[in-house]
Amino acid sequence: MGSCVTEDLRPDPDQLLAEVQRDEKRARRGRLRIFFGATAGVGKTYSMLEAARTARAAGEDVVVGYVELHGRAETERLLEGLEQLPLASLRYRGMTRREFDLDAALRRRAGITLVDELAHSNVLEGEPAPRHAKRWQDVEEMLEAGLDVWTTLNVQHIESLNDLVAGITGVRQQETVPDRVVAEAELELIDLPPDDLLARLKAGKVYVPEQVAAALERYFRKPNLIALRELALRQTADRVDAAAREYMAREPTSRPWLARDRFIVGVGPDEQSEELVRFGKRFADALDAEWIVVSVETPDLLRLSDERRNQRIAVLRLAESLGAETVTLDGPSAAAALLQYARTRNVTRIVVGRPTRRGVRRLWRRSTADELLHFGSDVDVSVIAPRANGSALPIARAEKLEPPGIKWERFGYASLVTLACTGVAALMDPFFSAANLVMVYLLGAAIAGLRYGRAPAALTAVLNIACFNFFFIEPRLTFAVSDVQYVVTFAVMLLVALTIATLMANVRMQTRVAGARERRTALLYRMSRELAGTRGAQNLVHIAVRHVAESFTSRVAVLLPDERGKLQFVPSTDDAVAYRDADPSIAQWVFDHVQPAGLGTDALPGTAAIYLPLAGAERALGVLAVLPTNKRRVLLPEQRHLLEAFAGQTALALERAQLAAEAEASRIAAETESVRNTLLASISHDLRTPLAVISGASTVLADRHMTLAPEARAELAESIAARARDMSNLVANVLDLMRFASGRVPLRRDWESIDDLVGAALYKVGAKLGGHHHVQVHLTPDLPLVHVDAALVTQALVNVLENAAKHTPPGTRVEIAAAPEPEFLRLVIEDDGPGLPPGDPELLLAKFERGRSESGVPGAGLGLAICRAIVEAHGGRVRASNRDTGGARFELSLPTRAPAS
Amino acid sequence: MTDSMFRLLVVEDDADIRRVLRTLLEAQGYRVVEAGTAERAVIEARSHKPDAVLVDLGLPDRDGQTVIRDLRAFSTVPILVLSARTMDAEKVQALDGGADDYVTKPFNAGELLARVRAALRRNAQSSRQSHVVRIGRITVDLAAREARDGDGNGLHLTPLEFRLLACLIRGHGLVVTRDQILQEVWGPDRIDDTRGLRAYVRALRQKLEPDPGQPRYLLTEPGLGYRLLVQDDAIGTH
Repeated sequence: MGSCVTEDLRPDPDQLLAEVQRDEKRARRGRLRIFFGATAGVGKTYSMLEAARTARAAGEDVVVGYVELHGRAETERLLEGLEQLPLASLRYRGMTRREFDLDAALRRRAGITLVDELAHSNVLEGEPAPRHAKRWQDVEEMLEAGLDVWTTLNVQHIESLNDLVAGITGVRQQETVPDRVVAEAELELIDLPPDDLLARLKAGKVYVPEQVAAALERYFRKPNLIALRELALRQTADRVDAAAREYMAREPTSRPWLARDRFIVGVGPDEQSEELVRFGKRFADALDAEWIVVSVETPDLLRLSDERRNQRIAVLRLAESLGAETVTLDGPSAAAALLQYARTRNVTRIVVGRPTRRGVRRLWRRSTADELLHFGSDVDVSVIAPRANGSALPIARAEKLEPPGIKWERFGYASLVTLACTGVAALMDPFFSAANLVMVYLLGAAIAGLRYGRAPAALTAVLNIACFNFFFIEPRLTFAVSDVQYVVTFAVMLLVALTIATLMANVRMQTRVAGARERRTALLYRMSRELAGTRGAQNLVHIAVRHVAESFTSRVAVLLPDERGKLQFVPSTDDAVAYRDADPSIAQWVFDHVQPAGLGTDALPGTAAIYLPLAGAERALGVLAVLPTNKRRVLLPEQRHLLEAFAGQTALALERAQLAAEAEASRIAAETESVRNTLLASISHDLRTPLAVISGASTVLADRHMTLAPEARAELAESIAARARDMSNLVANVLDLMRFASGRVPLRRDWESIDDLVGAALYKVGAKLGGHHHVQVHLTPDLPLVHVDAALVTQALVNVLENAAKHTPPGTRVEIAAAPEPEFLRLVIEDDGPGLPPGDPELLLAKFERGRSESGVPGAGLGLAICRAIVEAHGGRVRASNRDTGGARFELSLPTRAPAS
Repeated sequence: MTDSMFRLLVVEDDADIRRVLRTLLEAQGYRVVEAGTAERAVIEARSHKPDAVLVDLGLPDRDGQTVIRDLRAFSTVPILVLSARTMDAEKVQALDGGADDYVTKPFNAGELLARVRAALRRNAQSSRQSHVVRIGRITVDLAAREARDGDGNGLHLTPLEFRLLACLIRGHGLVVTRDQILQEVWGPDRIDDTRGLRAYVRALRQKLEPDPGQPRYLLTEPGLGYRLLVQDDAIGTH
């Protein structure tokens, strides 16, 4: 056994963490209380209603969601005074049935909701179709929504006890509840001694009279009742035990720590595997161990009928629902694969079934159990005897796949081989003995075995024997055999052909299995790689849709939430694979609950498509809807896992895209915010001064009592105009800068000649520069065109020129020149003024840096920052420096190549 | 004042700006009709049949662009757009939508009046067309298809250069978009040849401008097109 006693008594941190997480999950989930009994009639519903009345009297908010009365009058009386939820009407086969209304319960959000009969199956074919196949799933959803639920359950409905109960009573229950649901609940045992129960039955308190006799006959026999009662009591006692153990696990002093045991249950394609799985569950509970159910895809298994293979799927799904981990391996021998896997997982116990192989095969093929015992010296092997109760598992009867089809042409080729052998043998006949001719036929049989499979090879062997006999064995041209020796020859030939054919068939099958697996991995890898190199949710979705559609030969749709969390189809680029009929309401449910739905899942299994949530770290990011052309494509566990892996990869990529977008948005927001703050601080002065001038001058002008000389009036008006112009410039600059900081300036690029732009900028600056400075433009006509937004770059140039006009004394010379560089045109604007202020000239270009602290020149600094923002938006650079000969130099590089889109 | 018969429609929602515009335009002898909303604008345009319209793009009831479209549905009246500097995209949209030119807000009185005059002249062009225009020291005779410099010496222009110059002259100081020029001078086949257009503009500047590096007559409107300032329109910005 793999359990070992550790030295210290410290609790395993992982386990503690799991503990805490479970507690948290419990805290958020609603609580389930099960009124638990051995059989019908012990008074579960009655006790539940009594408890409900007590709770109500204590001021609790109790409502009855659904109660099955079975016509029992005393139970009905208890309902009086309790609030009852309306029932849903469901049409089924022309009749209207009254069923529990899950949505009504979810809307009502009562403190405690009563929902009778946890094991009840919903009528999936009803109209409107219920959301879940089983009532326990309805209850799960309510618990998930944080509602407390009270319900009732009989012991025979617990999944892992199913075959035990069947063994006792001879009646197999089709309605079962997974153990984990029961494990989470608080159990309230309703116990009634068998004699009392029988008395109640006879008094007609359980069933309506005409049914009593039949029920007594079939089920309510006293030995049955005793056994069931014992089961129920033991189940409840185990729960108490489990709670005690859980408690002890938290108290380090109480007991040494045991590593959790782990064992493997090996299941094959036979009927016993279902029993093995249930045994595994009980065994795991008893040992408090983890268990892994392993199915090995051997070549034998691949040859099985579809029905048998579907049964294997059902078994694996049962195992998953009972809490096992399931794994599918492949290899030539089940035993070897199991042993190898056991070693990688550090498992020392393997549970398998007793072989049921009968007849001659047992003589020359060892069973898996035998092989395990023989080769697995380091593992314990438990061999479980079959009890042969028949299967209760509803086998997903996927519509018949087209049968493999007998390839008749292979028989033709096989006959041709015989023909060729006979030809060669006829040529050799005059020169060689019959023994050598046999070799030719043997070779032919071997070739047929190698190439055409078993049946055709057998045909070749038989035909070979016939031809050899007919043409080359005395008496010739008859089928009579004179020499008994040849009988041995015939037998060997037949055996060789069949052996080779069988070996080849195995190898081929093996290769096919390995190939399929490799293809799956490759498919996943291909999609991941493509996703990794892609940006934008839409593009990611298109890639995912294409790959999933290809890998699962299905129609695929992806739905992503809009701003309000409502799912929307992502428009597909490929009509052939788009699954436009995907049901948005199912998708929405999957999205909200982050649980799969549809084909092969617990929710709405009757749907033709499967809906998987694209689950991110915190929430669902979208939903993947897949409509397979062949249902087995997604029903096989390994295929389902592969599909989930695809969904996982897609979700990961989407999350990455989303995080990137959020990071970008918050970066922009932070930058905008910081720009705004600096801006407010920096421009308040620049705005206040001109406003003071304007309001002062205009009040003087507006004053009717003031007599002013015409020149004085003109002067005042002039300064108003000048200051207003400055302010308007400042405001425009501020607006420009905010636009750039917000990152939302579309560039309207075109091919422009730099002399056009410089000319336009000079004209705009106009008298501010031209009047007092000497501007010289040295631009040759052979300069390359620049690919820029003309209006923005002109503004950038205006800002640099205005900066020169403001910061250099009249008479300064301003020179403009340009030089081509690889991919850029460098425009140089320099002056012979006082130069840039000391310090890092680059700082001058930073946002709102003002060269001189007390410049008295309005809006200085803003202009250069805008210039930089514009040029950088084009992928260019601005450099500021001082010339060696004195004066400032600004260099703007502008792209001469269109950016790759 | 010969201009006194001209009627101008001012579409602007701000009452103060309307008052300033009215004062300015009436001082020039124009008659001014005002509209504060897009709806009003179309009504006034139908009833008063103005000779030119000034439209502010930011109107309370509807986008100014729709006013332009509505006016164009029934009238070829010259339309000037008033727009802020930071709204380049709107400017382009307005010109594409049928506006004839734009004036940047806050506007300079001289510039605004020059644009109004140019717009009115373009409208009257067909009735009293003058064949001779002056650009700086250059005289161009459209009828004779010749140009002379200040000293009366003939200026050599290639046929394509002359067609380009004539096209810009017909713009009468209003902006002429690249598309319009290409359509008119090069024809519909060469609508994408903006490189050719730039080369010819540069060549024309060499011949017309005293300092081609700092053009004063043949101006570039960045991102839009070109504007040729003919005599008495060649005002400085200050």
